[in-house]
Formats: sequence, C-alpha cells, structure tokens
Amino acid sequence: MHFGPHLLLAALEGLVTSAVLALTALGLSLVFGVMRIVNVAHGEFFMLGAVLAWAISTAISGHPAIGFVAALVIAPLMVGLVAFFAEWLVLRRLNYNPESTIVATIGMLYIIQQLALTFYGPEARPVEPPFSYRILLPWFGYSGYKLSVVAASAILLVLTWLVLTRTRIGLIMRATQYDRETAQAFGIPVERVYAGVFAIGAMLAAIAAVLIVPISQAHYLMGQDPLLLSFIVVIIGGLGSLRGTVVAAILIGLSDGIISMFFSPTLAKIIATLVVAMVLVFRPQGLFGTTQR
Amino acid sequence: MADPLMVDRGLLTISGLDCFYGEVQVLYGLDLVLNKGEVLCLFGRNGAGKTTTLKAIMGLVPAAAGSITLDGKELTGLAAHDVPKAGVAYVPQGRRLFADMTVAENIDIGLMTRRKGKQTRENVLDLFPLLRERLKQRSGTLSGGEQQMLAMARALCLEPQVLLLDEPTEGLMPSMIAKIRETVAKLRELGVSTILVEQRVDAVLSVADRVSFIENGRNRETVDVEELRADPSAVRRYVGVG
Repeated sequence: MHFGPHLLLAALEGLVTSAVLALTALGLSLVFGVMRIVNVAHGEFFMLGAVLAWAISTAISGHPAIGFVAALVIAPLMVGLVAFFAEWLVLRRLNYNPESTIVATIGMLYIIQQLALTFYGPEARPVEPPFSYRILLPWFGYSGYKLSVVAASAILLVLTWLVLTRTRIGLIMRATQYDRETAQAFGIPVERVYAGVFAIGAMLAAIAAVLIVPISQAHYLMGQDPLLLSFIVVIIGGLGSLRGTVVAAILIGLSDGIISMFFSPTLAKIIATLVVAMVLVFRPQGLFGTTQR
Repeated sequence: MADPLMVDRGLLTISGLDCFYGEVQVLYGLDLVLNKGEVLCLFGRNGAGKTTTLKAIMGLVPAAAGSITLDGKELTGLAAHDVPKAGVAYVPQGRRLFADMTVAENIDIGLMTRRKGKQTRENVLDLFPLLRERLKQRSGTLSGGEQQMLAMARALCLEPQVLLLDEPTEGLMPSMIAKIRETVAKLRELGVSTILVEQRVDAVLSVADRVSFIENGRNRETVDVEELRADPSAVRRYVGVG
C-alpha cells in the first residue's frame, strides 16, 4: 500500500478513537466542571457499559442488531443508575470535598473492577456488530460500522451541546457550574443537579463503551486506557470546556491512530503525555479553558 | 428591650441567631425586625456580621441557634434552595452574576426561581431600561454599574416579599451610585421591603427608614433615620467615622 492510502487508513482509525474518546472525556469534563470532582472511577463506568453490553446482547437472541440496540439503550441506563447510587451513597456524604472524593472514587474504581472480575470473569468477550457492511474504497475496504460510530458520536456531541446551551436544564447546569452558592440563592437544588450530572457523565462513558465493544471486546481491565486518555484530553482541552474537549479528543485520537500505525503505539502515548506536560507548563487552563475564578 | 411577642412581629423577624464559620462564631444572638415596606439598613464595620446575617437568611450559612421567620413562616429549617422560593431575593456582595451567561440568561434564572413569566420580565426591564438593549451581551462584559443593575434585576424577577441588598454601591463611580440609590428609593415606593447593607453614611441617611448598628455579631441598637439625622453621634460610636 502506498503512503497516501496508508495515511488515510491511519486517519480513519484515529477518527474512531477520537469519536469514542470525545464522548468519554466529555463525561469526565462535565463532572469536573459542574461538581469540581476528579472522578477516577470514570474508566470503570466505561468498562461497566461494555460488560453490560455483552451481557445484554448475549441474553437477547435473534439478529445481532436487536441485541446491540437493546444494549445501547439499557446498558447506559444501568450505569447511570449505579453512578446515581454511588453519588448518593459516597460523594454527597463527603460534601463533595475535592480531596476526599479523589480517594473515594479510587475506591469505587477497585470495587467496580473487582465486582466485574467476580461476576464477568477475566476473559475478553466480543459483541457482534449490529451490521457488517464494508465500504469499498479504491485501496482497501473499511468497516461501515466504524464510520457509524463516528457519526453516532458526532450526533451525541451536538445533542449535548444543544442541551447545555439551549435548554433550561443546561442553564441550571451552567449556573451550578459557575457559582454554586448563588445558584442556590436562585432556587436551584444543587445536590439534585450534582446527582444528575454524575449520572449523565457516567452514561456518556457507557455509551462510548457500548459503541466500541463490537470493535475491541469487553474486558474487566478495559477502563484504564480510556481514563488516562480522557484525563489527557480534558487537560489539553481545558476542564469544563465542551469545545476544548472535542478538539483535544480529535487531536489525540488522530495522532494516536497515525503515530501508532507508522511508528509504535508506545510512541503515541509518550507524545500525548509530553503534550499534557507542555500544556500544564505553558497553558495550565488548557487550550480552550478559562482561568479559574 | 420589649418582648418580641408583644410587638408587631414585622415581615421578617430574626431572633437569637447564632452562626458559625467552622469553629468561629460570627453572630451572637442577633435580633432584627424588618417591617413591611421599609428599607432597613445594616450598618457596621467590616467583619461585624452584616453579610453573614444576609447569608443566614438565605440559608447559605446554617443557623446554629435562633429563628428567622418570614410572615410567620420559619426559614431556618429550609434547604438553601427553598428560601428564595419562599419570597426572599438576594443581591450578593460583588454582584456574583453568572458572568459567562448573557444578560437574558441571568434574568431567566431569576424568573425560573419562582416560575414567573413574561409580565414580570417586562416589569423588571422597565425598571432597568438599559438592560433591555443589552440582552444578548455576555454579562461579564457589562460595566460595574450595569452589572449591579442586572444583579438587582435578576433578584427582582422573583417578585420578592423581601429583598436583601449587600453593598450595592461598592466600587461604583459616583454617577452610578446615585442611580443605584434612586432605584432603591423607587423600589421602596413600590412597596418592596429591603434589608440594605451599607458602609457609607450618606447612602444610609438618604434611603433608609431605620438603621440597625451591627457590632461583633450583635444588633446593638435600631434607630429611626430621622433620629440619626438629628444626632449622628451613633454613627461615630459604631463605625468611628462620620
């Protein structure tokens, strides 16, 4: 294969990574932006989404598309419920203290991970894609499903943006994010907002995971890479900035895809981490972040 | 002091209020009565407990002891987000606008608090015609005086029974201070009962009906403003200027 088509293939792979990463990182960014909580368990909500997707799609017989669609709806809802419960049981009782909640979410990480190991097991299991159409390009064929993941992610990102900027719920979330105390003085029940945001953040990770399992299989340790990459994306893009998250996810996803294919995946990670270090040194608020108030 | 049960209880009554920031006690058995339709001014030095009193009314600082009643209804047991719904609106010190949002969005948040609609919005914008031209502008880019107007407009969107104003003229240029003061006077004509925290004597004398001198977390004495105009010695006693 010549260089041009090779680069195209790498870019397509990178775009799929970007799409999934953008959704996952957006969840992390929302939770940090609104609640000021660094959710270390975010990757485990991702893993939980994938594992549940496997469980749901294998429980439903018939065409793989039926099982997949069921998983796409049910798995995120279940993960959202788990997150909602965890918020009520743990984070609220810590009064959302920034330091304590880091330790608490590390605890959640291990609890969820070990529960998955106990009940799901150590195997990596595939989920059948809902369709197996291949798009034939002049140089190679490419999975239609992978491109549909990119489209689905783009639609979800636009939807999230619309909710945040055009709806009453978005207004309430932004007010809580900007100034918790003043939001309360205007009748906004911030604890309920927090519970909702934590659940939505986890659901975004779960949706990303359901989209990716037909490509990469479900495994109980699969949450670690998305967590690391999400942090990288969120730091580069600027915490709490939707635009920054999307731009950084595309940047990291594409460079990961291209560098992995032409050099090595390790080099891709080295470069991404280096970029984070440079951003922290020269622009600590991130590319699109505003300085802390 | 007269038994509070024997006198007219007023619209907002605070009695025996104790408040703490962590271990530090800020208010010591504070008593305060706001009558219907009046402007009551809290006057005192920095750190005397004026802002804490307002935050305690809003439920943002918990009351360790004592009671705060609005029209006979106890407020201290309410969650912070239920106090504004009971009819108390707050203009915090430093305005605390949602600076990322437009003027219109800040007003929307005010309207949402007690589910007020277009009519309220129109009334409020009539009071601050300047804001009507700036609805789409990011509120953080307004001038200081305009921001103060927006903070007041946002609070008035609740159609509150009681308005709490914390140093509304702080950091503004003189022409703006005059405008804000006019607005407070206009609100009194409209029958809004207001608690005003102020540090300037002239501001107090021109808009207040009564003045409470707050010192070390206690209400030392409450006097009618005429009395104060006739004999401003109390001002010197509590604040050391005047």
